[in-house]
Amino acid sequence: METNGHEHVIEVTDLRRVYGGGFEAVRGISFSVRRGEIFALLGTNGAGKTSTVELLEGLAAPAGGRVRILGHDPYTERAAVRPRTGVMLQEGGFPSELTVAETARMWAGCVSGARPPSEVLALVGLETKARTRVKQLSGGQRRRLDLALALLGDPEVLFLDEPSTGLDAEGRRATWELVSALRDGGTTVLLTTHYLEEAENLADRLAIMHDGRIATTGTPAEVTAAEPSRISFELPDGYFVGDLPPLPELGVAGHETDGRIVRLRTRELQRTATELLVWAAQAGVELRRLDVRSASLEEAFLGIAKNVPADRATGMTTKEYAA
Amino acid sequence: MSATQTTLRPATAATTPLSRMTALARAELTLLGRTRGALVAALFVPLVMPVSVRSAAEEMDLAGAGLSTGTLVLPAAVGFSLLFAVYSVLVGVFVVRREELVLKRLRTGELRDAEILAGSALPAVLTGLAQCLLLTAGCVALLDLSAPSAPHLVVLGLLLGLVMCSALAAATASFTRTGESAQATPMPLLLVSMMGSGMFVPLELLPDKVASVCELLPLTPVVTLVRGGWAGNLSGYEALGALATAMAWILIAVFAVRRWFRWEPRR
Repeated sequence: METNGHEHVIEVTDLRRVYGGGFEAVRGISFSVRRGEIFALLGTNGAGKTSTVELLEGLAAPAGGRVRILGHDPYTERAAVRPRTGVMLQEGGFPSELTVAETARMWAGCVSGARPPSEVLALVGLETKARTRVKQLSGGQRRRLDLALALLGDPEVLFLDEPSTGLDAEGRRATWELVSALRDGGTTVLLTTHYLEEAENLADRLAIMHDGRIATTGTPAEVTAAEPSRISFELPDGYFVGDLPPLPELGVAGHETDGRIVRLRTRELQRTATELLVWAAQAGVELRRLDVRSASLEEAFLGIAKNVPADRATGMTTKEYAA
Repeated sequence: MSATQTTLRPATAATTPLSRMTALARAELTLLGRTRGALVAALFVPLVMPVSVRSAAEEMDLAGAGLSTGTLVLPAAVGFSLLFAVYSVLVGVFVVRREELVLKRLRTGELRDAEILAGSALPAVLTGLAQCLLLTAGCVALLDLSAPSAPHLVVLGLLLGLVMCSALAAATASFTRTGESAQATPMPLLLVSMMGSGMFVPLELLPDKVASVCELLPLTPVVTLVRGGWAGNLSGYEALGALATAMAWILIAVFAVRRWFRWEPRR
C-alpha cells in the first residue's frame, strides 16, 4: 500500500471489462490514485470512462485484472468499501415523484455516519428546493442533488462520473470549488469528464482514455509538455512564407498555411515568438491576427483521438488515421 | 454553493440492514401513495372481486365439499389481495425503479442486493397484509364465518403468500423490459391463479386429474392453507404438501432472481 510515503487509495491493475455481446469496453488499464488527490479520466464518448468507473464503484466484476479501493476489492468486499466511498453516477437514479428532501432523507438512512441532509443540500445550493419533486428539477439541479448525496457520508473516496455535465458556467465553477475544497480536506476524488477545462482546472493527475485504453497519463503539465505550442498569424501583404526567416532557425517544428494564415508548431515557444516578432519589427510589418498559445490539454486530447488506431470491436476492420 | 468545512457534527451510528431497509421502505411507501394507478388496482380490485366470487358460490355444491360461502370467498379474497396489491404492484415497482436507474443508484451504497428488493417490497407487502386482515374481518362479519379451525395454517398460508408473491414479482420483473410491459407481464400468473388455484372454483369441486395439476400452481398452496385452516378439512399430509409446494415456488423465484434479475435497463 505504501509507496514513497503516499498511500494509494485506488489501485487499478490491468483492468478489463467485456460486455455481454462481447464488446471489450476496457482493455487492460492500470493506474493508481494517492490519498487526497484528484484524478481525472478524460476521453471522448465511448472511450470507456464510465465502464471503468463502474468497476471501481463495485457495480460489476471485471473480466480481468484487479481493482483495490482502500485495499479492498469493491465488488467482492462490498461491505468493507461502501461505507467509505461516495458515488455520483453519470445520470439519474432518483424516483421522480419524491421531493428533494425525501430523496435526501431516504439516502441518509442508508449511509453510515450521514450528515444532516439539509447540510449537504445547502452545500450544493439546493436548500430552497427541498420541497420540489425531483421530476421538476432542471438537469443541473439534479446533478447537484446527486453530488449532495454522494457527500452525505463524508466519503474518503469520491467517484464523480461527469459531475458538471448539464451545469451552467456558474454551477460548474461552484462544483469545481466544492471538489477542490474536498480534496484539500483529504478526500480522494476520481472523476470522469469530457471537458478539458475541467480536467485542467481540477485534476492533480489525469489519464486520457481512448478505445478502452489509457493513451497517456500524468499531471496536466506533463501531458501537455509532450505537445507543441502554436503560433498563428496572417502574412503581411506582399509577403510569402519563404520571405520569413528560415523556420527551423526559429525553433519551428512544423508549419501549415491556410490561405494567408500561417500556423507554426514549436517546442520553444519563447524563442520562436521572440525571433518572429523581432523579424516583423525589423521588416516594419504588422502580423495581423497574431495568436500565440502554449500547448494545451486540448492539443493532446485531439492528437490522441486522431492518432490512436480505432480498432473498436474485435473482428471488425481496423482503420488507421494518418497524423 | 460553497464548500464549508464542518467539523462538529453528531456522530451517527453505522447503518444496519434493518435501518437501511426502513429508510428505503419509507420512501417507497411515499411513492406508492403517489402512484394513482397502482393504488387503485391495489386497493379496490381485491375489495371488489370477492363479491363476484360470492355470486358464483350460489351455483356450487359447497356443502358436499365441506365448504361454505365464507370458506370459498375468504381464501379467494386473500388470493386477490396477494395478486393485485402485492404481486402486480411489485412487478411495476421493480421495473420502474430499474428504468429510473434507482436500483443502480442504490447498489452504489451500503444496501445489499437483497435489502434493496426487500425494502422496496415492504410497503406493498404491508398493504397486502392489512388488506387481508380487513377482508378477513369483513368475511367474518358479513358471511357468518366462524372462527378458524386451525389458525396457524391460515397464518402460515398468508405469510408464504406474501413472501412468494414478492419473490415472483422480482422474478417477473427480471423478464420485463419497460414500465409499459409491466402492465402485461403479470397477466399470465394472474389468470392462471384465478382460474386454477381454487379462487373461483375450489379444487375440491374439480375432476381429480385437473385438481392434481392445479395443486402445483404457485398460489394453490396459499389458497389451500387458508381455506383448509379455516374449514378444518385439511389433513396433516395435505398441509405438508401445500407447504412443500409453496417453498418450492419461493426457491424457484429466488433462483430466477439471482440468475436473471437486471439492475439496470438494457442498453
